[in-house]
Amino acid sequence: MNPSKAHRTHRVWLYGGLLAAAVTASSVTVRAQQPTQQSTSKPTAQAKTGSTKTPPTMADGARVYGENCSRCHNPPEGFPQHVSGTIARHMRMRASLSEQDWDALLRFFNPK
Amino acid sequence: MVASLALACHAVAQDTPVISGGVGFLTNTNQAGTTFLPIAEPLLAAPLGSRVLIESRAALIETIKPKTGLPRRYSNSFFAGLTYLQGDVIVAPHLNFVAGSFLIPFGTYNERLSPVWINPLQDGPLIASLGSMGTGTGVGAQVRGSAASSPNYSLTYAAYYSTRSGNQQFNSERSFGGQSSLYFKPQRVEVGLSYGRLLQGTHENFYGMHVWFEPKDTSFRLRSEFARGHHAQGYWVQADYRTTSWGGQGSWRRNFEPILQFQQTWRRDNTFSDGLPLVNTQRLDAGLNYNLPHSTRIMTSYSRQFSSTGDRNIWETGLTYRFLSPAWKGRNK
Repeated sequence: MNPSKAHRTHRVWLYGGLLAAAVTASSVTVRAQQPTQQSTSKPTAQAKTGSTKTPPTMADGARVYGENCSRCHNPPEGFPQHVSGTIARHMRMRASLSEQDWDALLRFFNPK
Repeated sequence: MVASLALACHAVAQDTPVISGGVGFLTNTNQAGTTFLPIAEPLLAAPLGSRVLIESRAALIETIKPKTGLPRRYSNSFFAGLTYLQGDVIVAPHLNFVAGSFLIPFGTYNERLSPVWINPLQDGPLIASLGSMGTGTGVGAQVRGSAASSPNYSLTYAAYYSTRSGNQQFNSERSFGGQSSLYFKPQRVEVGLSYGRLLQGTHENFYGMHVWFEPKDTSFRLRSEFARGHHAQGYWVQADYRTTSWGGQGSWRRNFEPILQFQQTWRRDNTFSDGLPLVNTQRLDAGLNYNLPHSTRIMTSYSRQFSSTGDRNIWETGLTYRFLSPAWKGRNK
């Protein structure tokens, strides 16, 4: 075998190996970065839409009540807590409440 | 496991069925005399599991009206029927499925204001029958929910298909339609569009639009609605104010509720299939309600109706009571 030809063949194998290693390493890096990107980008998107996973507060529930229920009718004088889920579900259907507003309303009806 | 059991118990503890509704004694005085209307509208809401709700409302009405030509003689008739009976399923965060006999989602009056304990005036709007397909209820299926929601706005939708039903309790026409509303929460402004198509008889289209404005931290409400059918159209505008800022806590002055409403209808042709007045009509309603404790309300109103067939006065008074009670005794957490 011609020594220069053998040297060229070794160089091709070396560059090919380096390229394959680089591609593999980069794909591993991208895969490893994906959860990190999700975990950093998701709260940003949630903060923009206001759909954070934090539990709704009483103030959120009071706001939902004011924005939806009391627009049409006067509030009832009061009701036992063990019907609060039924009333909140009824209002979810009547007022087409979002899941988050429904949670907030349920929280408002159950302050403890 | 203990935590999930506790959670389940908590969920069940909040889901006791409810019996609610309203009762009232209403009077209506016009040139023909005074009609008395004792009315009861009980409502049942019963959850099944964590995602299903069965709802039903009934109407029991006794009508006592003067016999024509016979002073101080009255005739009476009794009506009892289910207004709706539906099963609701929460399918997904943005999708609810409704099946059974349901209130047709067109405009705002039929679904939101028609119960006797809600509507600040006794009579429904003149255009209430436009888009409600004659019966106000459909028998079939409906999808509805919140399409998008944020602290600033909420977009809701409803779409239904109803089959024809000649059943006395579940009377309906074959139709389809839907509604969508955009609600700007900080401004408390809602704009909505409705559409309905009757799929039998004259195959009419109905279009509706509503705008509601209820400024935050006030007791003022401005509601309006426009509806157009193939043969007639009309609108109503209602301003309602509750004097909650008058006087201190517990003051009797806080409970007044003046209402002013103007409505107008036009006939587009002489086909009378929609329930609107037979001639162009204007009506002014001026009401004054007083909200007593325990969800009791005294209602009074004077209306003047103008049309080419003759102007007339309508005086109405009423007493309504709204009740809400668990179907059985449960344990509060």
